[in-house]
Amino acid sequence: MSENFRSSETKFLDKTNRISFIYNGKKYYGYKGDTLASALLSNGVHLIGRSFKYHRPRGIMTCGSEEPNAIVQIGGNGSFTEPNVRATEQEIYEGLEASSQNCWPSVEFDVGGINNFISPVIPAGFYYKTFMWPRKLWYSLYEPAIRMSAGLGKSPTQPDPELYDHNHLHCDVLVVGGGISGIIAASISADNGNNTVLIDDKNSLGGSTIFQDDENFKIDDEISSVWLNNQIKNIKNKKNLIIKQRTSLAAYHSYNYLLARENLADHKSLNERANKLRQRLWKIRAKKVILATGAIERPLIFNNNDRPGVMLASSVKKYIDYFGVKCGNKNVIFTNNDSAYETAISLNKKGINVTIVDIRGKSSSVLVKNAKDAGIKIYWNHTVVDTKGYRRIKSIQIMEMSEDGTNVIGSKINLVCDNLSISGGWTPMVHLFTQSGGKLKFRDSDQVFLPNTATSDQINVGSCNGDFELDDIIKNTISDCKSFLSSSSTDFDLIKVSCPKQKENKNVWLLPNDKPLGKTKPFLDFQNDSTAKDIKLAMREGFRSIEHVKRYTTTGMGTDQGKLANMHALGIISETAGVKMGSLGTTTFRPPYTPLSFGTIVGRNVGTFFDIIRKTPMHTWHENHKAEFENVGQWKRAWYYPKTNESMNQAVQRESKAARESAGILDASTLGKIDIKGTDASEFLNRVYTNAWSKLGIGKCRYGLMLNEDGMVYDDGVTTRLSENHYLMTTTTGGAANVLSKLEDYLQTEWPELDVWLTSVTDHYATASVCGPNSKNILKKIFPNIEFNDENFPHMSFKNAELDGIYCRIMRISFTGEHSYEINIESKYGKSLWEKCMDAGKEFNITPYGTETMHLLRAEKGFIIVGQDTDGTMTPIDLQMDWIVSKKKYDFIGKRSLYRSDTMREDRKQLVGLLTDNPSEVLEEGAQIVQDEKKQPIEMLGHVTSSYFSPNLNKSIALAVVKNGKKLKGQKLLVPMKDKTIKVTVSDFIFFDNKNERLNA
Amino acid sequence: MFIITCPFCGERDQSEFAAGGEAHIVRPKQPTELSDDEWADFLFMRKNIKGVQFERWNHAHGCRKWFNVIRDTSNDKIHAVYKMGEKPPIK
Ligand SMILES: [Zn+2]
Repeated sequence: MSENFRSSETKFLDKTNRISFIYNGKKYYGYKGDTLASALLSNGVHLIGRSFKYHRPRGIMTCGSEEPNAIVQIGGNGSFTEPNVRATEQEIYEGLEASSQNCWPSVEFDVGGINNFISPVIPAGFYYKTFMWPRKLWYSLYEPAIRMSAGLGKSPTQPDPELYDHNHLHCDVLVVGGGISGIIAASISADNGNNTVLIDDKNSLGGSTIFQDDENFKIDDEISSVWLNNQIKNIKNKKNLIIKQRTSLAAYHSYNYLLARENLADHKSLNERANKLRQRLWKIRAKKVILATGAIERPLIFNNNDRPGVMLASSVKKYIDYFGVKCGNKNVIFTNNDSAYETAISLNKKGINVTIVDIRGKSSSVLVKNAKDAGIKIYWNHTVVDTKGYRRIKSIQIMEMSEDGTNVIGSKINLVCDNLSISGGWTPMVHLFTQSGGKLKFRDSDQVFLPNTATSDQINVGSCNGDFELDDIIKNTISDCKSFLSSSSTDFDLIKVSCPKQKENKNVWLLPNDKPLGKTKPFLDFQNDSTAKDIKLAMREGFRSIEHVKRYTTTGMGTDQGKLANMHALGIISETAGVKMGSLGTTTFRPPYTPLSFGTIVGRNVGTFFDIIRKTPMHTWHENHKAEFENVGQWKRAWYYPKTNESMNQAVQRESKAARESAGILDASTLGKIDIKGTDASEFLNRVYTNAWSKLGIGKCRYGLMLNEDGMVYDDGVTTRLSENHYLMTTTTGGAANVLSKLEDYLQTEWPELDVWLTSVTDHYATASVCGPNSKNILKKIFPNIEFNDENFPHMSFKNAELDGIYCRIMRISFTGEHSYEINIESKYGKSLWEKCMDAGKEFNITPYGTETMHLLRAEKGFIIVGQDTDGTMTPIDLQMDWIVSKKKYDFIGKRSLYRSDTMREDRKQLVGLLTDNPSEVLEEGAQIVQDEKKQPIEMLGHVTSSYFSPNLNKSIALAVVKNGKKLKGQKLLVPMKDKTIKVTVSDFIFFDNKNERLNA
Repeated sequence: MFIITCPFCGERDQSEFAAGGEAHIVRPKQPTELSDDEWADFLFMRKNIKGVQFERWNHAHGCRKWFNVIRDTSNDKIHAVYKMGEKPPIK
């Protein structure tokens, strides 16, 4: 299609730079600087998409981020595609591909359009009411149907290949918005010596003033746009001012912490942006914030106000004055205020046919006089009652309004048009202000919500603060900035401003019609298709709170967050319910202000940078020996070491047997290690563990169980007394950080009198654990100077040692039930230590084993793993570990809770062993345990916590927590699975070597 | 996200800190002599008020010290910060 709606010259576009783009498969042309919307309008394309519920044809309505209708899919299929992009914000580039959303098979002919004709049966709350029951239809019918018709656009099907970044920014003053008040504020701030940042979401500064060439608006005797253009040139030279364009504020949190998205590449062709950053998320901490976010124009609410070609009057002005694009050849302007007359005058100057319909009886504004003088026909005291035209507006019908504005009188007048510019006044953009915790007040005279009290050090200037006239905007911005920034004088102190003043006001939230409301479609929320009728229905059904009405009717719940619709919804509620608008409050505006892509939010934290990866000093050895790894917290732990063609199960069975028959070696470096020093260290351990520590001899080790104050098991591990006042505590791998925090908390807050010092040394030492009947022989070879007999080096004791002159600690402790040693060495020697053990163990077939085998071996011995066999509801008594709970100690963390009536109950869930009737059948961890399958509802007694096939016992073993388990020993229980029920017998949970003979073997 | 002034390190971003619940709940010196109700009161009962609240905070990614904060939970305004063991500077 030829470009035949570009009517006038414009200095804002680069007319030498003609660009082609594809829209719905067709090639069009525009200029560098065009948005997709302006380029489409210049080609006469208005129809952009279909509405969400009724699939009504919809067109471009606005020129900014408030756009409800013109949202498109950018890019073809695959990884670069992005849904829900506002055509009014997307700049065109060579090769841009865009397509309509929410229509099938095409925007011109859409099957879903049938919803429009059945709309009387899709009222507010339709989805809530219809899909309630029968419940069984949910999965087969309702959910698939909703999923198919819901959602706008298509998600990318491949990972996002583009680069995103995060950056911190600290400044004295952040100015948000590059319109005239933002420019003045930034200028005053920078001149006052503040490090200032100005951000604006457009590709050029100046807001709506920059294209204002009406002689009525003058600053210092210049046309306002000329004056502003000079100011913009000035501020670009200021040293302490950073200007970020194409940067939109996403969120404004308390303490002046703000998130802004800088768009670096979306306006560039795919070639130009290859391997470059697409977007950067700025994390801004500003000492002071000045919001100059402006206002957006309100629509008017009348029957069929949603047709393509119905646009906001201020946007029509921007398209003609900024982009040089006329939105129609025959325009009607429908207004309740003077500002729309600026649009009329602009169009008229360009020779475009304009008619005005004004709901007011008259206006004495100079703009109105100018329009009259230009010969523009004005219908005073009239309202639009209907519009015609399916894919584009073709005509409207207007009627005279009754005196009180609640009715229409007389006969209909038909006006032919191809564009209807509507203006219902202005709404200050207070979204960001309220996000920061600011509270609003209501101004009755023009029915706007305005910033009232701020919680942060910030002010609002310009139209977002309720000033809509140029002289008020400029003078208030200057005086407010001066006092906010403690500036005594500015370049603007003698400024002269002249502008037309808004005269007669009239506002009707829902315009009257000759038909009853039930027969009309006055749309409020264009994206979500909610009408005034829906709001009234919700109120008839008893909804009163604005938050409830919003959710029930989905008003304001689209991707535009109801930037256009919310005020009218409030207005209609207040009129219907007879309450003051100010007392209704507004819905909550939540970040982000405009949608952010996930890539922007995650920045560089993707792929391997998603989270920190911790590796032990032996990691490369494990890798070289084909270990499979498992994640334990942030650690990568060797899971098992499969030999060629070995399955996980086969590897674990082999490793488990080898460890018991000769020797195994485990990398235990990830265990948490806390160095404890101080004259009160023993007393401290007494207080944090359930058992007694005072009498532990120097050089001896002891297992300890740590509870929460609620009596539930929190962590466990072996602690070694290295010297009189020096201990080394080990914790579980996952619990290390939390245990340290908990111990520090008690030391600092409850027991500051104790002389105890804690240091995390987890990363300082590497640990190799050698176990099995030949472990002693292997250590003898590595440490020839140490006597490894039971008298000199018994179980649960420790020795200092040296390996090639490097200091080591050897603990004779066991988590497998085998004779076993843990060797700690400074981390950087960990791999050498490991290799020495492997060398020395070669003749004994030393077998490296991973966490899976470790779990199996300890399960054979009935040793618990905190977090697997316990879940924060298990006391030591529940675990049948009464032996470790000191009765003599006066107090320890959690002691008192063990005597609460609930923790003393005898029928609590308790740890037991389970043996399957069929010894080769292995239970599933997490499986539920029941006694009687027939009695409904079936009582769940507990669940399986650990389960393995034991190669050393040649049968299946399991640990489980079972209600009243201690008393059920020997009884039969059932484990129902999806396809069968497994019979089990409750047993002791120590399955192997219950006399601990192997420890000293 | 607010800014907390650690009494040991100075002004830092909230992300460096961990919250530790209500302040000035002293662990009883003789827990075994308390009734179930009295112990439960210490263990479970927290005020969680909307408004000015006395809280414990830990400079977890800094000096790791615990200290007290007087914060208005309705607007995150911090009225005072003081060390463990010190009396609240304001009531
Ligand atoms: Zn600190």
